[in-house]
Amino acid sequence: MMSKVLMKGNEAICDAAIRAGCKAFFGYPITPQNEVPEYMTKKLPEAGGVFVQAESETSAINMVYGAAAAGIRVMTSSSSPGIALKQEGISYLVGADLPCVIVSVSRAGPGLGGILPAQSDYFQATRGGGNGDYYLPVYAPFSIQEAMDLVFKAFDVADEYRTPVMVLFDGMLGQMMEPCTPVDKKPGNFDKKWAANGNSDGRAPNAVSSLSLKGEVLEQMNLRRFKTYDDIKAKETMVDNRVTDGDEVAIVAYGTPARIVLNAIEILKEQGIKAGLVRPITLWPFPYADFANLPASVKNVVVCELSMGQMVEDVRLGVNGKLPVHFYGRTGGMIFEPEEIAEQIKKIIGK
Amino acid sequence: MAKVVYEKTRGLTENPLSYCPGCTHGIIHKLIGEVLVELNVLERTIAIAPVGCSVLAYNYFNCDGVQAGHGRAPAVATGIKRTNPDKIVFTYQGDGDLAAIGTAEIVHAAHRGENITVFFVNNAIYGMTGGQMAPTTLIDMKTSTSPAGRQLDGAGMPILVSEMLSQIPSVTYIERVATHDIANLDKTKRAIRKALQNQMDGKGFSMVEILGTCPIGWAKTPADAMDFVKEKMIPYYPLGVYADKGAR
Repeated sequence: MMSKVLMKGNEAICDAAIRAGCKAFFGYPITPQNEVPEYMTKKLPEAGGVFVQAESETSAINMVYGAAAAGIRVMTSSSSPGIALKQEGISYLVGADLPCVIVSVSRAGPGLGGILPAQSDYFQATRGGGNGDYYLPVYAPFSIQEAMDLVFKAFDVADEYRTPVMVLFDGMLGQMMEPCTPVDKKPGNFDKKWAANGNSDGRAPNAVSSLSLKGEVLEQMNLRRFKTYDDIKAKETMVDNRVTDGDEVAIVAYGTPARIVLNAIEILKEQGIKAGLVRPITLWPFPYADFANLPASVKNVVVCELSMGQMVEDVRLGVNGKLPVHFYGRTGGMIFEPEEIAEQIKKIIGK
Repeated sequence: MAKVVYEKTRGLTENPLSYCPGCTHGIIHKLIGEVLVELNVLERTIAIAPVGCSVLAYNYFNCDGVQAGHGRAPAVATGIKRTNPDKIVFTYQGDGDLAAIGTAEIVHAAHRGENITVFFVNNAIYGMTGGQMAPTTLIDMKTSTSPAGRQLDGAGMPILVSEMLSQIPSVTYIERVATHDIANLDKTKRAIRKALQNQMDGKGFSMVEILGTCPIGWAKTPADAMDFVKEKMIPYYPLGVYADKGAR
């Protein structure tokens, strides 16, 4: 058993990445994720890896594309406007079936917005801005320990399904320190026969490409990729569902706001109102089934996000009209207090 | 037994080329393929294909290949080369790709002195998309997006990529060559060889700018297109060595 360490979120995920066998990092400065490249430039070379500070987010994601095409475990990180710039490359990575890990430490938008924590990039993460039919697995940790565990896992999931994987959290988790236990597992071992890294072993040349000019071929490629997505949905969906029979309200939140909601639930409990948390850990695939199968005692669903309401759309898809779905959010980098959420819940249920 | 005096290089695959009749991509591919075999590096080479006419180049070079986003080939090459320093990595880019949408990527790969080789085929036009004006299109040259001919007022002068990149302290070798006659093809092959040899020797960033033709986009016969290179392209794009530092 590894002993506990006190680490900043942005550094803890780097520790996990290196333990997962990450051998290359390409990034560009943007607040609030700067500790990630700063940590990687020191520690990755010590672990036999490569660090390059790119001239832009666009170049960084294309360096990721190159390293991934050559079969290397590779990561990049950024924040909201930077992730927007990476979307072109993410679409190409998907199109060429290349694995990589993308860390998104989100801030308030739109535009340059502000550097305070926000969750207004749920759509950016789960729906993407790149062209084409695609999804990517998105993990949303709510503690530094979970961030470590999920970044480690993300590398294996990326290689297993040959897809980019995103780990999304806000600047709060990136900047704060918590005790955590470094991952003490062996990373998965994947034979990347498809990689373009020279064919001195005598195999036929490999081509890594997202191009297909024939409609019937591209359609088959897309259908195959969506079969993989079915597998991912079946095997990789993760949710922390704490709603029990007797709860009258299900409160839905992901990431650090879920911790605030847990405090709100305690306040409500003291006032005799039973509420339970549903915390999606994978934002894609989204745990729709948990919302279709809430206990009969639940009469209202309340979604709390640090945005104007984005995940609430997925919750509505899951609930499918069976229950009223309400929303409460703060935006611009403002963070709700537990008392504030408790008041909102009471107002919604008429108590 | 007859003596073999010429044979197709095994540096290229058996796939039929998709290029238009009279276009110089075919001969440039051949020269690169021959050099990869002569230097005995074909099996450890990764070719980066751009967006443009040569987007399918990975089907023609008989080595591993990676298709890159438009203009992004030098960044993709950086990702491969940094993680596989013992491999030979080259990009094959057109002028729309390298001199327009990919200027950031090429300038910074050169600035970092990446130990890669860039083959920059300049035919002064966007060929694949049907003959639009490129940053390299000559003044008064008519294209589908400059029907009255490129004008200085509004479009500026054509970009001189070799001259521009040769100002960067960390570049190793930059030469501009042409493909319109046998003597220049010989020079082109020598430049290709030198640019790849530099990479094998760990010397850093090398680029060969190759003046090519686009008979279809230029609305000329292949022979007239060759004359156009000699009479119009070379006077604006002088051939020669722009940087040769031997080592970084």
